[in-house]
Amino acid sequence: MSENESSKNEKDVVVCISNLNKAFGEKVVLSNMNMLLHKGENLVVLGKSGSGKSVAIKCMVRLLTQDSGSLKIFDKEVTDLSEDELKELRIKIGFLFQSAALYDSMTVEQNLEFPLTRVLKLKDKSEIKHRIEEILREVGLQDAINKMPSDLSGGMRKRIGLARTLILKPEIMLYDEPTTGLDPITSREISALILQMQKKYQTSSVIITHDMACAKITADRVLVLNDGAFVAEGTYGELENGADELVCSFFK
Amino acid sequence: MIQPARFNWTRHFTAAGNQVIFIGRFFRNTFRKDFEWNEFIRQCYIIGYESFSLVGITGFILGFVLTLQSEPTMRDFGAVSFVPSMVAISVIREIGPVIIALICAGKIASSIGAELGSMKVSEQIDAMEVSGANPIQYLVVTRILACIIMIPLLTLMADALALVGGFAASNISNKFTLTLYFSKAFSSLSFSDVIPAVIKTIFFGFAIGFVGCYKGYNSDRGTESVGVAANSAVVSASLWIILLDAVAVQMTSVFAYS
Repeated sequence: MSENESSKNEKDVVVCISNLNKAFGEKVVLSNMNMLLHKGENLVVLGKSGSGKSVAIKCMVRLLTQDSGSLKIFDKEVTDLSEDELKELRIKIGFLFQSAALYDSMTVEQNLEFPLTRVLKLKDKSEIKHRIEEILREVGLQDAINKMPSDLSGGMRKRIGLARTLILKPEIMLYDEPTTGLDPITSREISALILQMQKKYQTSSVIITHDMACAKITADRVLVLNDGAFVAEGTYGELENGADELVCSFFK
Repeated sequence: MIQPARFNWTRHFTAAGNQVIFIGRFFRNTFRKDFEWNEFIRQCYIIGYESFSLVGITGFILGFVLTLQSEPTMRDFGAVSFVPSMVAISVIREIGPVIIALICAGKIASSIGAELGSMKVSEQIDAMEVSGANPIQYLVVTRILACIIMIPLLTLMADALALVGGFAASNISNKFTLTLYFSKAFSSLSFSDVIPAVIKTIFFGFAIGFVGCYKGYNSDRGTESVGVAANSAVVSASLWIILLDAVAVQMTSVFAYS
């Protein structure tokens, strides 16, 4: 790699994790974990349940704090941020939870209005309405605007969760098992939607999953996490045809 | 061999410290701009209006039973005419605020604990936090302030209905007129009876709201923790009410009746 390319790559890094460690009591979840996320990249993190995938992305938004190691986003150490700086950073990061985490007591419209009025402090009702309708059109759920979350199917909840995250136009998207609990068809639809939204909003994404179909559709690069550290890296095709037994076991 | 249970000081000090931090976050967020008026009014409606019938019936029966129980003894002493005064003083000074606060601890603290606990389990609170919104301002401040406002109002209403209940019970065996009953009841009351009792209920309201929010907001992951949060909210809020009442009675006797 030429020097120019290398310095360009360094500039493009939006998330830089080095030697990250996290333990819950005696149980070590992350052990000297290193990771880079580049601008505009879709990075898929594969790993068994309990391998520390979700813990890693929760550390990125400081829902959890690491025991040691460095975690920089946009070149700022996340643990050193003040409350206001953290809030600013969180606005730039979208987080789609495994359960979609829609607010139960609010309609779909109110769910989407919440970040606009509380985070972006928008007051203009017509602009709020326009943005809600636009994002609902993009996720294909214009008709669900007045529904309660309890009236929605799993796939619809994920779409609304994605819409609520994207309505703030984040620069980084973190997906925590976006297709878990969905049937294969809906799962493929959600994966395609993730890709489509990534292209439209030019976000850099970390997608935590153990759904290989989702990984195949969305991944630019795949990392395999085992026992709290990454054991393999490459494109989907490279890893699929690799020799490592553990990595191959994901693709069987 | 069974080991004797040890009191875990570290755990209890940590919990106490976390509660102090939580109170600090509540006060810091209460005076921030962009107060959540709509959510506050919704909570006042849920906490106040939806507890109206339960608290009203409790208040009425409280006065009714107190009169029925005390009247025979008062009759033995030839002091039946003091029954309205006795009911008014005991209900307004002590029994009304404490019983209503305990009823509200059962209904409101548990409901807040379960609601926030289930929001925590389903990652809704985390979702608010990572979006850059302020869950303390939206969920905690509104609920605690609604309790602080509504518990005193509910108690005053229950006190009034307790007097009506007392009047109804008195009329079973005695023939008090409505005017006579209430003039006897109110003539024995002074501001030093009513004001400390109302101030006390403000603290009870804070305890109910705070404990419900704290237990729910800090519940563990997993569905079981929702039940645990609701249950421990009721137990802790009830204990806080009893403790606060003991302190309030001491302070009232020093400041109001000295």
